[in-house]
Amino acid sequence: MTTRPGSLREAATLVEQKAISPVELTRACLDRIAAKNETLRAFITVMGEQALADAARAEKEIAKNRYRGPLHGIPVSVKDLVDIAGTPTTSGSAVPPRRPQHDATIISRLRSAGAIIVGKTNLHEFAYGTTSDETAFGTVRNPYDHSRSAGGSSAGAAVAIVEEMCYASVGTDTGGSIRIPAAACGITGLKPTHGEIPVDGVVPLSTTFDHVGPMARTVSDTALLYQGLREAEATWSGLPVEAEGPLWLGVPTPYFFDKLDGDVARLFNAARDGLTAAGHSMSDVSIAHVERTPDVYLAVMLAEASWYHAPLLRDHADKYSPGVRLRLEMGRYVLAEDYLRGMQGRAALIRSVDRALEGLDALLLPALAIPAPPLGATTVEVGGRTEPVRATMLRLTQLFNVTGHPAIAIPCGRGTDGLPRAIQLVGHRGGTERLLEVATAVERQMIGGAGSVGGGTG
Amino acid sequence: MAEPIQAWLARATADAEARGLPALKPLLETLARSLQALRDADPEFGHPALSHLDDQRSPDDDHASR
Repeated sequence: MTTRPGSLREAATLVEQKAISPVELTRACLDRIAAKNETLRAFITVMGEQALADAARAEKEIAKNRYRGPLHGIPVSVKDLVDIAGTPTTSGSAVPPRRPQHDATIISRLRSAGAIIVGKTNLHEFAYGTTSDETAFGTVRNPYDHSRSAGGSSAGAAVAIVEEMCYASVGTDTGGSIRIPAAACGITGLKPTHGEIPVDGVVPLSTTFDHVGPMARTVSDTALLYQGLREAEATWSGLPVEAEGPLWLGVPTPYFFDKLDGDVARLFNAARDGLTAAGHSMSDVSIAHVERTPDVYLAVMLAEASWYHAPLLRDHADKYSPGVRLRLEMGRYVLAEDYLRGMQGRAALIRSVDRALEGLDALLLPALAIPAPPLGATTVEVGGRTEPVRATMLRLTQLFNVTGHPAIAIPCGRGTDGLPRAIQLVGHRGGTERLLEVATAVERQMIGGAGSVGGGTG
Repeated sequence: MAEPIQAWLARATADAEARGLPALKPLLETLARSLQALRDADPEFGHPALSHLDDQRSPDDDHASR
């Protein structure tokens, strides 16, 4: 392989044209994993032998003109929260893993589309954290600064994409776990509408808020994996067309702009100004009850997470990371009445976001309030105040887990510290495809432009 | 109604300590503040029983005021 394709889209075109071999692509990714994984800890399980066998099979099929679509022969990775038959599902924990006999539905879909699964990626233990330094498989390190977190919980997935260990990754998102590491590492991450992609065979955190979604270098790459995950027999309707004409975007204030790192605000404003200059319309919108989001989120998520983990805590409490165990234990004290109160609040917040989106193509806001925090930090300075890292990292994303609206993080540049920053677009419920069309138009206008992992420099 | 949040917190903290988890105390205190805020938001989120109470109260209140 003389030149490595820079994106999934480019790789897919070359594979379809038989100009590049899936075996070559897969071998190149495995070489990158071998070279970098010891330091970055992106992968928990590398499925090298299986991946090369699958790639050889894909190559033969394509040679016989049995091309299945844009994921055929493309190396991808899967967060190690998802069942792959014959491979342990560790969830990033020292708690004994699941040993699935069957693939999760999304794995069957990826295999049906001809994707090559190169391995299972590292994560914050049981997806219960945003920094990925609580994992039994080594702290995941940010590719831009190894002393920084890569976000979480789907951190290994993000790092694998940045480091060219695969062309796209499957992540999960319960409070921001796709969008946060995407923002921290300068890639694109999509949380589709709630319920759109099946979660069977995926270790749950909070069934009301859990989502599965794609992560990749660009919006179009993300859209290709989204299509493969969404449909049992992907019809490959093609790349999202760029939304035509001027977009109407709503900027939700205040709340989302109350606690922002200076470079997050600066780069968001630059992106917004660039979109306005390109002819798109912006208006400030308010989301009723938005300040209640963390309270609603906690009451529901804590209780649901503790319900799932109760039998594991009974037998293996000492094997959890101390912080994860404490959060799970905390949830056991949530009263049923308060859980239902949270569900009532959720219904109100869904109506609020629906109303805020009326007449708009999407909401536009930052994706992550701070840059990737230093590993081990529990607090961070934001606007001269000391804030808890976890709550600050969840602040801009968790509302859309509560409401189920589709949301995508897109890089918008790098701060003076060299670390990526990102914007977030939020679409109408059931409108993930339309959101991808809007995101395609926005990405093209963005500082750094499409295909620029890390989003260029700010 | 659920027990007052301070009583809930005292009971939860005592239970956590009895289970050898004293480190839970600050987390439970944070959770208590969050749950109290959620309870305070019942009218805002349209708790269905509040309108039930209003239905019962209004005629009496009207009658009393006459």
